[in-house]
Amino acid sequence: MARFKKSGSRSVPGINTGSMSDIVFMFLFFFMVITTIREVTLEVKVIPPQATEIQKLEKKSLVSFIYIGQPRKTSLGTESRIQLNNQFATVADIQSFVAAERASRDESEKNFITTSLKVDQNTRMGVVSDVKQELRKAGAFKINYSTRKKAKNSNI
Amino acid sequence: MSKKTPEINSGSMADISFLLLCFFLMVSNIDTDQGLTRKLPPPPDPNAPKPDVKERNVLKVLVNKSDRLLVQGQPIDIRQLKDKAKEFLTNPQNNPDLPEVEEVTINNLGTVRTTKGIISLKNDRGTSYDMYIQVQNELTAAINELRNELSQQRFGVKFADLNSDAQSEAIQKAIPIAISEAEPENIGGKK
Repeated sequence: MARFKKSGSRSVPGINTGSMSDIVFMFLFFFMVITTIREVTLEVKVIPPQATEIQKLEKKSLVSFIYIGQPRKTSLGTESRIQLNNQFATVADIQSFVAAERASRDESEKNFITTSLKVDQNTRMGVVSDVKQELRKAGAFKINYSTRKKAKNSNI
Repeated sequence: MSKKTPEINSGSMADISFLLLCFFLMVSNIDTDQGLTRKLPPPPDPNAPKPDVKERNVLKVLVNKSDRLLVQGQPIDIRQLKDKAKEFLTNPQNNPDLPEVEEVTINNLGTVRTTKGIISLKNDRGTSYDMYIQVQNELTAAINELRNELSQQRFGVKFADLNSDAQSEAIQKAIPIAISEAEPENIGGKK
């Protein structure tokens, strides 16, 4: 029975943590790939409405954003405001915004710019309609109503 | 005899990468760029003649400022809208009250039965954006279902799974996104 007799101390060997960093690095790369760092600081609250028939926006570099919602600072009231780039804007600014977005893109890509409307769900349609009219005048016809995904067949 | 190099302690490596991971977790937001894509019409030409559309070819969808729906003069629930739109766009029984049916020959598809139906969507300036998106979503769902049905029938796969551009273009031609938005009205007061 000497075969089963343990020889020496019975201490548990330490767990090798060398590969831990590899695992964490894998996590890190995963997050780096799937995320986008936000370039603008949002001045308005935007909770997009939910929808089921969602399409993904394909070319990120060809998307320009218009945010509409209530201001984050409560001192600015509750009226829905438009945000272009980093500041509040009015409906009249949209045409120059579209022109600036066009100018910053390559000549060949100018016709493929999509305007993504990130609008809060409690906004009234009046503002949105005004923005859409301006976009029509500015010639930015491709738009995308930004929405969150809702599971199909769920009734809210 | 070669010198034995001491092993580098890699235990703290995990800490460093955890710090980096936390940094990226905080500064980034997961991609939410998705939504309903639409194409706006060009601005109206004042000299252009008014398009002549027959009464039966238009499905009038009105949304008022308290988010109620009126379709062809009847108040309905949002859940009925999809089926209503589907029935309107296909006109399965050749009903004289529903849009005109015509047989069109399209490349890659052959002869398809289509209708001249257009959905006219009109909302008040006081309608909530949430409701507007719900309505748009239901109408898109109706069109997507029709496209899927046609695609299944002709090609055996769903519309989104078609892998040739020619095929999806043909289906898009057979069932276009026929949603026309009227200029909004301001009945419900300012805002």
